[in-house]
Amino acid sequence: MEFAELIKTPRVDNVVLHRPFYPAVEGTLCLTGHHLILSSRQDNTEELWLLHSNIDAIDKRFVGSLGTIIIKCKDFRIIQLDIPGMEECLNIASSIEALSTLDSITLMYPFFYRPMFEVVEDGWHSFLPEQEFELYSSATSEWRLSYINKEFAVCLSYPPIVIVPNSIDDEAVRKVATFRHGGRFPVLSYYHKKNGMVIMRSGQPLTGTNGRRCKEDEKLINATLRAGKRGYIIDTRSLNVAQQARAKGGGFEQEAHYPQWRRIHKSIERYHILQESLIKLVEACNDQTHSMDRWLSKLETSNWLTHIKEILTTACLAAQCIDREAASVLIHGTEGTDSTLQVTSLAQIILEPRSRTIHGFEALIEREWLQVRKAGHPFQQRCAQSAYCNSKQKWESPVFLLFLDCVWQILRQFPCSFEFNEHFLITLFEHVYASQFGTFLGNNESERCKLKLQQKTMSLWSWVNQPSELSKFTNPLFEANNFVIWPSVAPQSLQLWEGIFLRWNRSSKYLDEAYEEMVNIIEYNKELQAKSI
Amino acid sequence: MEHIRTPKVENVRLVDRVSSKKAVLGTLYLTATHIIFVENASDTRKETWILHSQISTIEKQATTATGCPLLVRCKNFQIVQLVIPQERDCHDVYVSLIRLARPVKYEELYCFSFNPKLDKEEREQGWRLIDLGEEYKRMGLPNSCWQLSDVNRDYRVCDSYPSELYVPKSATAHIIVGSSKFRSRRRFPALSYYYKANHASICRSSQPLSGFSARCLEDEQMLQAIRKANPGSDFIYVVDTRPKLNAMANRAAGKGYENEDNYSNIKFQFIGIENIHVMRNSLQKMLEVCELKSPSMSEFLWGLENSGWLRHIKAIMDAGIFLAKAVSEEGVSVLVHCSDGWDRTAQVCSVASLLLDPYYRTLKGFMILIEKDWISFGHKFNHRYGNLDADPKEISPVVDQFIECVWQLMEQFPCAFEFNERFLIHIQHHIYSCQFGNFLGNSQKERQELKVQERTYSLWAHLWKNRADYLNPLFRADHSQTQGTLPLPTTPCNFLYKFWSGMYNRFEKGMQPRQSVTDHLMAVKEETQQLEEELEILEERLEKIQKVQLNRTKVKSKPSEPSRHSGFSTSDNSTANTPQDYSGNARSFPSRSPSQGDEDSALILTQDNLKISDPDLSGNSDQESGVEDLSCRSPSGGERASEDSSKDRDSDEAVFLTA
Repeated sequence: MEFAELIKTPRVDNVVLHRPFYPAVEGTLCLTGHHLILSSRQDNTEELWLLHSNIDAIDKRFVGSLGTIIIKCKDFRIIQLDIPGMEECLNIASSIEALSTLDSITLMYPFFYRPMFEVVEDGWHSFLPEQEFELYSSATSEWRLSYINKEFAVCLSYPPIVIVPNSIDDEAVRKVATFRHGGRFPVLSYYHKKNGMVIMRSGQPLTGTNGRRCKEDEKLINATLRAGKRGYIIDTRSLNVAQQARAKGGGFEQEAHYPQWRRIHKSIERYHILQESLIKLVEACNDQTHSMDRWLSKLETSNWLTHIKEILTTACLAAQCIDREAASVLIHGTEGTDSTLQVTSLAQIILEPRSRTIHGFEALIEREWLQVRKAGHPFQQRCAQSAYCNSKQKWESPVFLLFLDCVWQILRQFPCSFEFNEHFLITLFEHVYASQFGTFLGNNESERCKLKLQQKTMSLWSWVNQPSELSKFTNPLFEANNFVIWPSVAPQSLQLWEGIFLRWNRSSKYLDEAYEEMVNIIEYNKELQAKSI
Repeated sequence: MEHIRTPKVENVRLVDRVSSKKAVLGTLYLTATHIIFVENASDTRKETWILHSQISTIEKQATTATGCPLLVRCKNFQIVQLVIPQERDCHDVYVSLIRLARPVKYEELYCFSFNPKLDKEEREQGWRLIDLGEEYKRMGLPNSCWQLSDVNRDYRVCDSYPSELYVPKSATAHIIVGSSKFRSRRRFPALSYYYKANHASICRSSQPLSGFSARCLEDEQMLQAIRKANPGSDFIYVVDTRPKLNAMANRAAGKGYENEDNYSNIKFQFIGIENIHVMRNSLQKMLEVCELKSPSMSEFLWGLENSGWLRHIKAIMDAGIFLAKAVSEEGVSVLVHCSDGWDRTAQVCSVASLLLDPYYRTLKGFMILIEKDWISFGHKFNHRYGNLDADPKEISPVVDQFIECVWQLMEQFPCAFEFNERFLIHIQHHIYSCQFGNFLGNSQKERQELKVQERTYSLWAHLWKNRADYLNPLFRADHSQTQGTLPLPTTPCNFLYKFWSGMYNRFEKGMQPRQSVTDHLMAVKEETQQLEEELEILEERLEKIQKVQLNRTKVKSKPSEPSRHSGFSTSDNSTANTPQDYSGNARSFPSRSPSQGDEDSALILTQDNLKISDPDLSGNSDQESGVEDLSCRSPSGGERASEDSSKDRDSDEAVFLTA
């Protein structure tokens, strides 16, 4: 397919662009295969470059022959284009609609993007499973790398290399896979060096209504316990939901078969409930007409902060089991691809100083959410649409955004303990929904392999990890903190993430200036320190 | 002392409000001015001091097996729960505190016994720190249009006004006195702020006694004089900060608001800020929300909204913004009043001044602002903050709201203020503490009669002495945010106003950010300064050496000072804290393993300073999580140990309960 077929009118003159907090700009609008560009053709004026894939929804309306297109982006920005000529406007609108909803992943921008920078460190090879495993194997011999999933023979959504207990052979692992949802057998997520406790994650056990059991499954997870020690199973679903899952062949671990484990049910919402929550929240943020009271009430009804609180609480609980109870933890929900990942990754941020560094956080995202070893948040499905969509597909869900929001909440409470800043989190959010990089394409590792992402696209990390870019993402206040950090989950301590949700609704000028001032203070100090040595 | 029935009670437990399981054992002392709780734990002997004047309510709760609980709520939002073993002791403490918390004479207040060991000269110097006369000069007064009037000398015209006031030159004594007779409590229009740049001004007064039809020629002349004092404009705004309905109701009582037909060239405007009773209830509701034990997000947000608190804050801000815009953008003078002109009027005038003039955003300027619009103009501190026992219906968080408005602005303009959040919190604390004489009584006249300046100390001198604690590291005198009028928002943004947990939950340290950016940056700046000085010395030395070398004498240059450890002890690495109750159950999650330590106490910075200067402030605030640790770790007392183990069993159940 040629993009040209979709672009009936590639160019319109005298288009006026309206954006919040900027004066209107008149210029020429151009459509390319992947971008919408508005250029005023004057020096020193900013041009608008918008990826079609960032467009969530468009509205059009006409007054006489003047057409107006309102573009709502996945990063929640809303811009308006006034286009003279009804035909041009209709053409532009239909092209945008087609180009922003391309079916085939291989037509997306990352497959066409040619980087203008020199790749120093290829992000595709920055976080190899073997390397990551080495970090653990130096501390313990209880775990081993297994190549059982080569060719994705056991589990489609797992990567080819996984970490399993040393004492469990591949044959047993194969059997366990048949007992867990999607073949997602329990694998190592995190090893707490301080006391040797671990976080494992998996899909739900397929007990069904007749209480099926699997000796190998029991043996596998028991292999992670020390003699006489107990572990915790954190089910991210409420007991009720978990019980209902039995009717569909799923279920939860029965006490009788797992006597060494205590099960805790938490209820983290999933799928469309989260999506609807996001839609309501963004609607509330964009509505400037209501009174103070209705703002708080809308914030409340969106339930967004309730989800944040629930996810953070569960992650803290898992971390507490590990660090304070000295007990290992197995975490799962239903598939083990959403709430499970939120909890395992946040628990690591709390427990492990490394995951609070830029490189460590990237590794965490790779390990927990992307390809290496664990695998499998279905980014393509979850992030196809954002807050302005009306398609209401069950699988669309801002799971990763919630995770980033939780990280921001911890960052706000421990502003000196993270190597990265808020801008880094916002950038990740943007690239999850629309990007020139291939990192977040596809739904799981096997899909990503078929797409040959590593060969055909550029990794986001290749760009982020260049020194020139890194400096923008570095938190000037950072000072390595080797402690466990326990965030507060009280409602008084949790805030709306303004940097994301109010980004386009209020001027950030004075906050940006404050950040700059902070950087200057610290830079000047460093300069003097360098001099005085 | 005659009110203290039991000066000392042993084996009292101080209960942690966040997790009720954790409590520390200690001894309770009652003194003439403080409640003091001293922990038994031998190594720390931590002390919690509460001033009687801070006590808002005391509640005796139902006796339980462990003893008699006493709940003390403070005006600085601290809540302390004590469990006293004997019912009789508890009753004695309760009765004593009821009396001690409600002094009937000014002489009983702390400021008359507080002695910071300063000599007379220092004390007097302290009182001279803030000089309103100088302040009006700074504004550019007197000038051809405004003059200092002595019409209120000896408080002859209005006993709640200061003796020295600025009025328009064309307003004769006759006009002023005539106008004062037509205004509630004779609070005639007088200058609050003069905007040098365009001669517009903000004046304040009480409501006119207009009823349904009354008018007063002198009052009309007075407003005319205010208009004439601003040659750039042919009208003035008259802003009534009350809701229209309230103002109309006042007409029936012979009061009311200006009739535009009677006054030439005024534009009349209502700005609906609610009265003190609504505000008192609103705060009460919000505090109830803050006090909830592990509330859900919905309960909290719903309760916050229902309290209406942030709506009221926004109303005050909107009024201040209206004034500032009228003055700076339109160049039009404004007369502001509410009913008596000492609550809402004070709020609105001071917010407007703060927006207009960067000087008020400095440490000293802010003190002057409070001195000008609140203290001198007769804000009834004694009545509003219940310093002496009086009508509870007079109590209302009027100045608290102003202080919160300042905080909200600080959040929006982080570089614009020379002072930090701590400064605001300490001012709020001392308005209630009665430790200093500044806020005594209801007017300047009363303070003069009480001889406040001879018998007490000034808060401003105390804050000024410790100013290093109150500086905002992001403030720079040459920064664009510190120049001129603050950029005023054009569209109303509700989401700009946020809940201030640093104030209303300030004693719940676990809820506050665990690392302070402010303190971190202050430490960096301090180090920078030291480095600058060192480098200067080194450069001098280098010069000398070069000279010496020129003289062909060989001298080995001394190695520079060893490089500094780059960590800033105030904030780094001290982040270990204890986990909170994450099990979603009232019962706390067990924490058996030894914690990493109490480093977080170092995090709740500045406590050292507080301990020196404000023992009452530090109170129970620091080391809260440290206390938690101690309670479950230290084997002090076999009783506790056994309790702990049973707690563990319980909590395991608790974990299951959620399952």
